[in-house]
Amino acid sequence: MAKVFIYPATSLILSDLVARFGHQPLGSAISIREHIQTPGFDSPPIQMTPDDPQKGLKWAAVEVPSGIRGRMSLYGPLVEEAEAAIIIDEPDLAFGCMGCARTNELLAFMLREKEIPRLELRYPASKEEGVTFVAAIKEFLKNLEVQQ
Amino acid sequence: MSEQPVRIAQITCGAEYSGIQNEITTAAETVGSKMFYPDVALKDVKCAYKDFGLPVKSPDLKLAISRAQAIVEGRIEADGIFIASCFRCAEAAIVRNELRRYIVENSRIPVVSYSFNERTGASTLLTRLEALTTIARRRSLMAREVQVGTTMGVDSGSSTTKCIIMQDNEIIGTGWRPTTEVLKSADEVIALALEESGLKMSDIEATATTGYGRFLVGKHMNADLVQEELTVNSKGAVYLANAQKGFATVIDIGGMDNKAISVNDGIPGSFTMGGICAGASGRFLEMTAKRLDVDITELGALSMKSEGGEDVPMNSYCIVFGTQSLVNALAAGYKREDVAAAACHSVAQQVYEQQLQEVDIKEPVIMVGGSSLIQGLVRAMGRMLNTEVVVPHHSQYIGATGGALLASGFIDKKKEA
Repeated sequence: MAKVFIYPATSLILSDLVARFGHQPLGSAISIREHIQTPGFDSPPIQMTPDDPQKGLKWAAVEVPSGIRGRMSLYGPLVEEAEAAIIIDEPDLAFGCMGCARTNELLAFMLREKEIPRLELRYPASKEEGVTFVAAIKEFLKNLEVQQ
Repeated sequence: MSEQPVRIAQITCGAEYSGIQNEITTAAETVGSKMFYPDVALKDVKCAYKDFGLPVKSPDLKLAISRAQAIVEGRIEADGIFIASCFRCAEAAIVRNELRRYIVENSRIPVVSYSFNERTGASTLLTRLEALTTIARRRSLMAREVQVGTTMGVDSGSSTTKCIIMQDNEIIGTGWRPTTEVLKSADEVIALALEESGLKMSDIEATATTGYGRFLVGKHMNADLVQEELTVNSKGAVYLANAQKGFATVIDIGGMDNKAISVNDGIPGSFTMGGICAGASGRFLEMTAKRLDVDITELGALSMKSEGGEDVPMNSYCIVFGTQSLVNALAAGYKREDVAAAACHSVAQQVYEQQLQEVDIKEPVIMVGGSSLIQGLVRAMGRMLNTEVVVPHHSQYIGATGGALLASGFIDKKKEA
């Protein structure tokens, strides 16, 4: 079983696919679940506090907007933990939406920099492309199993 | 029966991830309003930014555009709109500015825009949300154009405390003192104004307080109206400048922060309040006066002896660097009047770059507050905006005058009670 960072990190479809093939998806569900299950403070909806953008300084400098640093405090640790990555370019909003384009660029860059197996796919525009899309992900995840 | 909370639509990008959502919610609740996220369907988000014509990349900004459209088109009801995004994000700054403009041009819903970082606290947001709530809730109060009866306004500012007594639409008493102890300064200016007017406190039919010390002073004198300075100052400005009909822009360069307010028919529409750095505020001019060894009241006359001082290197973006510029300019042999004018020009430039980009400048441009008495600053602002800036009489008493004007709305209510 490999830890696979999924991009968009909010994609339930991608998360489900990774889990079905026996790997652990690393995405928003994990990092946000940690936040909302932490007792002791109350900052709905996602229970982030001003400390989080400060933690994000590990991945983005102080002149980077606080929203990006806050997001990086969620995703940075997951990228460090990742043993593989699937990146979907230009995904449809319904497939998984990550709010900030600059954070997305930084995340994709960090994943490309990391020497781990990586699959990059364009989001399918038709049913036929969709079939190929799922097949490619399946193939990638199966190969990960073999490598492991 | 308690008032229904004012519903403020939150159109933000990055607030939750900056960890300040709780601060926004807290500030809103403190002033009797409730923030809500306008719900829009995915299909609306997909087409909204295309219809709007701004091809942004960030999905949260696409969502922001869609939410603004839903409110302007009447699909979602809101009493006010709070637009905010991360400080230093260029893409969001463009969207924020264009959305604010779009809302102002296509609706009558009051809007405030702001850029935040993780250090933005509820106290910073409080005045802005209080103003937004007041405009939404108290349109009838804001619509008052004539002062009636005998009323008093006290403006407890960060640098000075002011008092105005008005009777039958005339100013009959004034008081002005530097702010030291908040209540002591307030008592002093009240005594001065009463003495000038020849009245006793028991003659005053209604009172209002504004400024940083408004809550403390308001409680002390049991004021009828305790109101933030954004709405009160803009009312005072258009009243004294006789510009209550049509559009106007009010600029108040304060001791601690600066305000730019866009007013339509005497009611504030959009506004900005800034001045994280004291460099772009009246405080820098106080520093300049001290360094040039003149009283702040003489700085304006000194600066007018210069042609404008634009050629003197001066940067008031930060008060530390600004003071260095002052020292360097004097050491380089520049005349005192040129340095004074350069300081005025630099403050005007900072206000222009930081505040005035976030409101629509519409004439007349009215400058108020103590800094409006510094002629060099008014001249610099006029040159920057290429317009003749209006400085009404009693401009340094603008908050107190606005307070006295609005307080007269409470006379009848008190009589009825």
